[in-house]
Amino acid sequence: MIPPSFDYAAPTTVDEAVGVLAEAGEDAKVIAGGQSLIPLLRMRFAAPSTLVDLGGIASLREVRDDGDALVIGAMVTHAAVLRDPLVNEHLPLLVSATETVADRQVRHRGTFAGSLAHADPAGDLPAVALVLGASMEIAGPGGRRVVPASEFFVDYLTSAVAADEVLVSVRVPKQGAWVGSYQKFNRVAQGWALVGVAAMVRRENGSIAEARVGLTNMASTPLRATATEQALAGADSREAIGAAAARVAEGTNPSDDLLGSADYRRHLAGVLTKRAVAGLV
Amino acid sequence: MTTTEIGSPRRRKEDARLITGRTTWTENVTLPGMLHLAILRSPLAHARITSIDVSPALETKGVVAAFSGRDVADVQGSLPCAWPVTEDMVHPDRPPIAVDEVRFMGEAVAVVAARSRAAALDAIAAIEVDYEPLPAVLDMEQAIAEGADLVHAGKGTNKGYTWVFDSAEAGTGGDAGAAIDDAEVVIRRRYVQQRLIPAFMEPRSVVVDPTGDVYTMWSATQIPHILRFLLAVVTGTPEHKVRVIAPDVGGGFGGKLQVTPEELIAFVAAKRLGKPVKYTESRSESLVSAHHGRDVIQDIELAARRDGTVTGLRVKLLANMGAYMGLVGPGVPILGAFMYNAIYKFPAYRFECSGVFTNTTITDAYRGAGRPEATYAIERIMDELAVELGLDPLEVRSRNWINADEFPFTTVCGLAYDSGDYAKATDRAKELFGYDELRQEQQARRDSGDSVQLGIGISTYTEMCGLAPSRVLGALRYGAGGWETASVRMLPTGRVEVVTGTSPHGQGHETAWSQIVADQLGVAFDDVEVLHGDTRTSYKGLDTYGSRSLAVGGIALYNACQKVIENAKPIAAHMLECDPADLEFTGGQFRVRGNPDGGKSLADCALAVFAAHDLPDGIEPTLDADAVYDPVNFSFPHGTHLCATEVDTETGSVTIRKYVAVDDIGRVINPLIVDGQVHGGIAQGIAQALFEEAVYDADGNLMTGTFVDYTLPTAADLPAFVTDRTESPAPDHPLGTKGVGEAGTIASTPAVVNAIVDALRPMGVNDIAMPCTPERVWRAVQGGAA
Repeated sequence: MIPPSFDYAAPTTVDEAVGVLAEAGEDAKVIAGGQSLIPLLRMRFAAPSTLVDLGGIASLREVRDDGDALVIGAMVTHAAVLRDPLVNEHLPLLVSATETVADRQVRHRGTFAGSLAHADPAGDLPAVALVLGASMEIAGPGGRRVVPASEFFVDYLTSAVAADEVLVSVRVPKQGAWVGSYQKFNRVAQGWALVGVAAMVRRENGSIAEARVGLTNMASTPLRATATEQALAGADSREAIGAAAARVAEGTNPSDDLLGSADYRRHLAGVLTKRAVAGLV
Repeated sequence: MTTTEIGSPRRRKEDARLITGRTTWTENVTLPGMLHLAILRSPLAHARITSIDVSPALETKGVVAAFSGRDVADVQGSLPCAWPVTEDMVHPDRPPIAVDEVRFMGEAVAVVAARSRAAALDAIAAIEVDYEPLPAVLDMEQAIAEGADLVHAGKGTNKGYTWVFDSAEAGTGGDAGAAIDDAEVVIRRRYVQQRLIPAFMEPRSVVVDPTGDVYTMWSATQIPHILRFLLAVVTGTPEHKVRVIAPDVGGGFGGKLQVTPEELIAFVAAKRLGKPVKYTESRSESLVSAHHGRDVIQDIELAARRDGTVTGLRVKLLANMGAYMGLVGPGVPILGAFMYNAIYKFPAYRFECSGVFTNTTITDAYRGAGRPEATYAIERIMDELAVELGLDPLEVRSRNWINADEFPFTTVCGLAYDSGDYAKATDRAKELFGYDELRQEQQARRDSGDSVQLGIGISTYTEMCGLAPSRVLGALRYGAGGWETASVRMLPTGRVEVVTGTSPHGQGHETAWSQIVADQLGVAFDDVEVLHGDTRTSYKGLDTYGSRSLAVGGIALYNACQKVIENAKPIAAHMLECDPADLEFTGGQFRVRGNPDGGKSLADCALAVFAAHDLPDGIEPTLDADAVYDPVNFSFPHGTHLCATEVDTETGSVTIRKYVAVDDIGRVINPLIVDGQVHGGIAQGIAQALFEEAVYDADGNLMTGTFVDYTLPTAADLPAFVTDRTESPAPDHPLGTKGVGEAGTIASTPAVVNAIVDALRPMGVNDIAMPCTPERVWRAVQGGAA
């Protein structure tokens, strides 16, 4: 279908974007790659008065080395993430998870930051951002603020970015000694995850010193499986990993829908966690 | 006949324009003053329309007109059903725009015409409709129970028809009931063919131009000729004042074998407004309102002796018609009726099918139409018989199948199978598959308790193509014949124009037809132009569906070519100053028999008749010829498909490890096109086995209204296919071709499900409902027998 009509603004700086948003009021919406917003517009599920397109802000297309972290601009597409040498060197988990996002066309339009701001619990990258310990730089009328990933995902399709704010960049700590794996389970290759598991592990002397496990589509937001993380610390055998993985659904609240029942999703999360972690040790 | 072209893997001449989209899709047609239509559709499965007010839409910017079903009730007519399968079939009126009552979610309730598509879409939201909800009838068994709510209150029943074939009554075989009563072994199973959505690539689109003397309709349809005829009949417009054009059409799979509400709405709107109109559906509209396929409950009883010989088969079906009768919807299960006995020499057979109304989108033809359902049921239950008897599933099949030396073979349904060699195709498939090695690996994985189990699935199928001898169609109460036409026009420069009555929508007729003509007439492949789909140039034809185009239309073309040669012969003889009887035609040249020199080509003859300065006395100055071919029989392709699946018992995920298809489709014109048809067909059959299902909730809302929920697989979800062929030419016509459009779809679904069940057999699993989603497979693993 065709979207309802809207005004369109193409600012060239972040400050200008914030100004346009302030002027346009509540019903304005920021568009980056548009891979979630445009389908909503076309199906007339969303009818913003103004679209503020970040595509003209050149500085947002950069990936910058910031010492112990990379800073990924809001307009960096999934495809750019995949081919960026810095990301490939320091964030291999982000690369492997990004490879599973949708299809080639979507990856060439959709952005890393946009997929976080959209806060779809079925999106692959929010759980990855959680375990990587990312933080988001947000610009608004009152200046800039930084929100850690653990506080960024507020509810279903709701992030910490307010209606008058723009997500400017994502600061992602380099993995360093951490190794990671993203296990995605979907019905068809370009479908959303029924369940996804992002696991990171730091090894010491043949066992797991520390672990982080993030879950995709197991609640209305992405979340960390803390019970499993704690149980994995010190795990040194397949059995120990299996036992830790079996606790992964604690505290989750997966949906029960056409693509899979809640029970099945809880079961899958356990299997995927076991496989993700077992592959890292 | 020389055969340098036939059998050659020519790249398709139509592909450049189809792939780039630089062509006339209906959506690309733009006419001066054209208005755009948008359709307001029912959000409810069943409701009375208590009031409807379109006037707010008229106040929206850019809107020219808006009307409801009531506004056009006396002029919009009723959508046709061309296959009333029984004399007493219930055929309720189906107004293109609902008038008093809506009977499925997505049914049209009002229409807006505006100066742009965006304006039309804005305006439909302003239309005010009040509905009084009525109970939604969804479950087929409940629908036909005593006291059920009714889809059509005035009809007193939800049962549209009951159609029966009994081999004892027909005199073609024994009494199936007696065979079951007396059997050493009886296998009883219920299989459910889930509802599918054809999901053609190009959404449906229609343009109607009412200006001038003639109504011209462009439509993304498979059936421009049938559409023209029915448009004239339904609207009362003189047939010679209706022209239908199916320009390039982006796929159909049976889904565009329909006369649609949207086509009639566009016609009515154009006539009412006196201006050209265009309507193109969105994908969401397409999924909810274009006809669906399958949706059949099958109760199967197979009687056999302990040595594996089948002694009888009884089939009872409930077929979901949806809310109304589609164009050929009631007949779809009847096409399958003749295929349940498949490749086997069953001596007794009874088939009974009831068509049931529900508050859902209509069902109708979808790739294979009846035959995939039949093939699935019989190939699944033959596996169950093998398990019951402790025999290899291939062994049970070979003990029952028709042997190569028994053709032509008259089946228990009375059909005369033309040719085939099931053993040969099966042997070749086993060889390519590595059947014995995979069985060994399966055993090893079972022994080691591997979390990934291996299963092997078999499908030895046949089907019937070349729809169909007109007399047979008449006997089945089908509303049309089964002939096809072709015209060959020799242009003065020796180039050739072919007009075909078939209507390609992705099949590659332009290429294949050019290959046939090039060989027959000895002209270059590139010197042939194939015209189709416009009832002005191709005024007569029965279009494309049921794997009929080559098997029927190809023969008409062959015959027309022979007539051209006959027409040219006296002219060549005149130029060569010899007796026509002394001429032979080879390699595109007429030569005096025994003299290799100094021939005359068809091009020479074409120029001679163009000038017409020096022709023999009494000769009509033309080489052109038409032919109409009515097939004497169906054709019966067959083959053996083998599928190996790896089943992850922890997640229920199914991966196809190897897929081998050995098809026997008679003679092949273009192996590249055939491979494409086989690949696409297998993909769609696998889609039914693993991925796709149209789901309604308890209120009759379609839950799979987008591709997020209707999980259509893509190439990334499918394995590489190994394909090969054996060749048993069709004996009933000179080309020997049989048809291949549906074979892959018919064969593959049971091969995949058989493989999954085979993998899990040691866990007590003997069936999994389609689509075999990971969750269903996982639950089967958890619970054993599903």
